[in-house]
Amino acid sequence: MSSSMVTARSGDANFPSRLRAESPRYGEKIIKALLATAAAISVVTTISIVISLLGPSISFFQDPAVTLREFFTGTQWAPSLANPSFGVLPIVVGTLMVVSFALIVAIPLGILLSIYLSEYAPKRVRKVVKPLLEVLEGLPTVAIGLFTFFWLMPTIVKLTPFLPWAGPFSIGVAGIAVGLVIIPLVSSVSDDAMRSVPRGLREGAYALGASKFEVSLKVVLPAAISGIIAAIVLGASRAVGETMVVMLVAGAGNPNLSFDPTKGIQTMTAFIGGRATGDIATGTLDYNTIFAVGSLLFFMTLAMNILAVKLVKRYREVYD
Amino acid sequence: MATLNSPLPKRSQAAALGARAVTESVFGKASVQLKVKNLAFYGILLTALTIATLSIAAILIWSIIEGHPRLDLNLLVNNPSSISPETAGYRPAILGSTYLIAGVILFIVPIGVASAVYMELFANREKWYNRFIELNIQNLAGVPSIVFGILGLAFIVRGPLSLGFVVAAGSLTVALLVLPTVILASREAIRAVPSSILEGSLALGATLWQSVRRQVLSAAFPGILTGVILAVARAIGEAAPLLLVGAVTFVTFDPKYLEGGYSALPVMIYNYAGRPQEEFHTLAAAGILVMLLLLMSINSIAIWLRARSEQNW
Repeated sequence: MSSSMVTARSGDANFPSRLRAESPRYGEKIIKALLATAAAISVVTTISIVISLLGPSISFFQDPAVTLREFFTGTQWAPSLANPSFGVLPIVVGTLMVVSFALIVAIPLGILLSIYLSEYAPKRVRKVVKPLLEVLEGLPTVAIGLFTFFWLMPTIVKLTPFLPWAGPFSIGVAGIAVGLVIIPLVSSVSDDAMRSVPRGLREGAYALGASKFEVSLKVVLPAAISGIIAAIVLGASRAVGETMVVMLVAGAGNPNLSFDPTKGIQTMTAFIGGRATGDIATGTLDYNTIFAVGSLLFFMTLAMNILAVKLVKRYREVYD
Repeated sequence: MATLNSPLPKRSQAAALGARAVTESVFGKASVQLKVKNLAFYGILLTALTIATLSIAAILIWSIIEGHPRLDLNLLVNNPSSISPETAGYRPAILGSTYLIAGVILFIVPIGVASAVYMELFANREKWYNRFIELNIQNLAGVPSIVFGILGLAFIVRGPLSLGFVVAAGSLTVALLVLPTVILASREAIRAVPSSILEGSLALGATLWQSVRRQVLSAAFPGILTGVILAVARAIGEAAPLLLVGAVTFVTFDPKYLEGGYSALPVMIYNYAGRPQEEFHTLAAAGILVMLLLLMSINSIAIWLRARSEQNW
């Protein structure tokens, strides 16, 4: 089609005066509209998420059994008991503990890996290590959860008999496993940030006599810091949303506020996943509770993602 | 002695050596302490690499050791059973996952590629709504998968679409979840095609869509395909949203798209893992092996395709 059109045009004697398209090309416009519709689907998705979360959440807070104050400050979470209490803090603390333990694992390992990848690794090694990390990133989290529950957890218990382990669940070990899940994310985002630091900065430092490790730690790391923080924030956001690992390893937990990493504590995601597996009737308080917790989860991760996008934009602006 | 035709890195190495010599002549030689520090840091880096590698290896080795006793044909063709774990299998779950993934591919390929084409080549970035679409997709990529499950429960299973707890509902939910992955990867792939390809085609009189379809898209194909495969790999392992949209765990019949219950591989594995008997744990580990083999074959197809059609501009 296009080639025949080209010959037709160039063979035309009146070519210069006919530079304008011969037809209004409605087809092109229709195609553009179709493409825009496709792109709009993701906007519709976001709007639907917000609407689907907010509707039942509003009914949740309108229920006489629930008060906003109790929800945000209460320290007992037992929404399905005969005498329910709706203090969300225990499961928020559970989530935050998973995030802290995950970051304790993923920040040092992820950043060291990214320093190795961007500053030290020869091209050949990089070509092997990068896909390896992608394998870890691509592992289904059910697999990591099972491995943690049946092997990692018993092993850690065996190695640390002095800790007060009780029962098969532990929020701390769940956090460590989630740390494994987010290492690839943290290392690849901070690797990108470090690689976008201009060579000139490194060469300048070398020219002043700095050694390789000084260049990595005192020049490249500070120069890429906003990207590295973005990586950590993205990792934390991923850890907040992680579900299968915490459902398998952190257990159902108790309804009371607790900070003990050796015990099982429920997280926000584990609550939603565990509560919604049954066929719950629409419109009941039980059903609405899922959406209230879901809204909290959604807005927490949204805030983190917006922050991360801002941080990434900052280093792009400085160096691109 | 650096000569004119020696490669640049060598010359800058020489420059660095010179700079070091100058520095050392003024400040004294680099202390042993510094050398030790350098080595120690390198050691720490290698330790981090080892830990990461070992964890991957541990997960793979554990699932092989735990799961291999049940790696037989029964695993693939038998229905699940709560009474005889020795012969129970994953048949409905494997079929469910297959149906699910087929639906996901049908949805994400056209919509994902069309969105990426629109955003990279047609959208006017000065317009606020186009910038909004861009920001929106970035944020959607970070929404936790279980929130998509909530969306699926409220809008697809019930609410406006009211499909009920069927494969199609699960498929659509997971498709929406992985759509941002496909869009972002396809945009990267389209951006990697030099603009001269598009401009050349336009200069020859082709319309924008003709140029995009015949030149840009065919050049970006390997990258787009890689993105689709990544998304499919993620969709296979995703369990959390399916818990909410009714991948009920104990079906002993083959799934249908629009009626009846269904199960999926990761959900079934999760269900087996939660049972007290040892045999079910072996069964769960064997299920993980099946899933990993599936993922590995899909990924190697991706790598092979990428290697075959890679192009350097």
